[in-house]
Amino acid sequence: MTRPDTSRPMKLLVVDDSTVVRRVVERNMKRSRFGEIRLACNGREALAVFDQFQPDVVTLDITMPEMDGLTTVEILRQKKTSAIILIISALADRSTAVEALKRGAHGFLLKPITPESLHLAIEDLLNN
Amino acid sequence: MEEKILKIFADSTTRYFATVSDGSARLGTPYLRDETENPALDYAAVIGISGHYRGRVCYTATREQLHALLPQFGETECDESLYADLVGEITNTISGNARESLGAGFMISPPVLIPASAAAGAIADAGAPLPCYVLPVTWKEHRSRVLVTLQPQPVHKPAPDAT
Repeated sequence: MTRPDTSRPMKLLVVDDSTVVRRVVERNMKRSRFGEIRLACNGREALAVFDQFQPDVVTLDITMPEMDGLTTVEILRQKKTSAIILIISALADRSTAVEALKRGAHGFLLKPITPESLHLAIEDLLNN
Repeated sequence: MEEKILKIFADSTTRYFATVSDGSARLGTPYLRDETENPALDYAAVIGISGHYRGRVCYTATREQLHALLPQFGETECDESLYADLVGEITNTISGNARESLGAGFMISPPVLIPASAAAGAIADAGAPLPCYVLPVTWKEHRSRVLVTLQPQPVHKPAPDAT
């Protein structure tokens, strides 16, 4: 996998059907290394934004209307993108996390999230 | 419904408040909803359950609880749409976290926000009515409830090879 250039301000796409979650991620990531952030409320909307925006990092919920996160991650991977994909989901069973990673996600963060857990997960993926 | 399933939802609810807020939630004694009781508070969201279980999970809260919770997420200006959104996200998180114990066969739909007046009807499953358990939750003196209506479904295993 090609690592994103972390020396420049990076681009983040936040995908979640909850406004509160989208805003928590946006608010906390704005303070970190992301120069530009776009929001989408389901997988279909995310795919529409993705090609034009070309994010370095995507945070993706799983349980969403229109198109769920597991389907979205699979379609994103077919695009041969180098974007880092972090799943942020409440689904706490091990098999869902394994399935998400199998389909091409790089990490899995369990809801509920805190600013600390979010920063740790993103930094971990960018640095390792 | 088995007591252990109620405990899974109780643990999931406790963990939610312990993680997102600066105060822990106090859980009351769960009880079986009387058909005449409408346990819905100001805001409510419901999630449909399928797979190894059939039924619904609902979270309902007072406006005051949601108003007090939103600043914990950094929100400074609260409005009706954020109250409704938060009640949906809490329902989703409590139900999704329950899969740690109930497994991936506990399949959840995205939350549907419902007017509190319709919550009692929405929780009752269409077809055979199932018992609905109410789990009272108090956080910083603000009230909410988790409503659980669940029935295990027979798991169909493939027939053994006759050869």
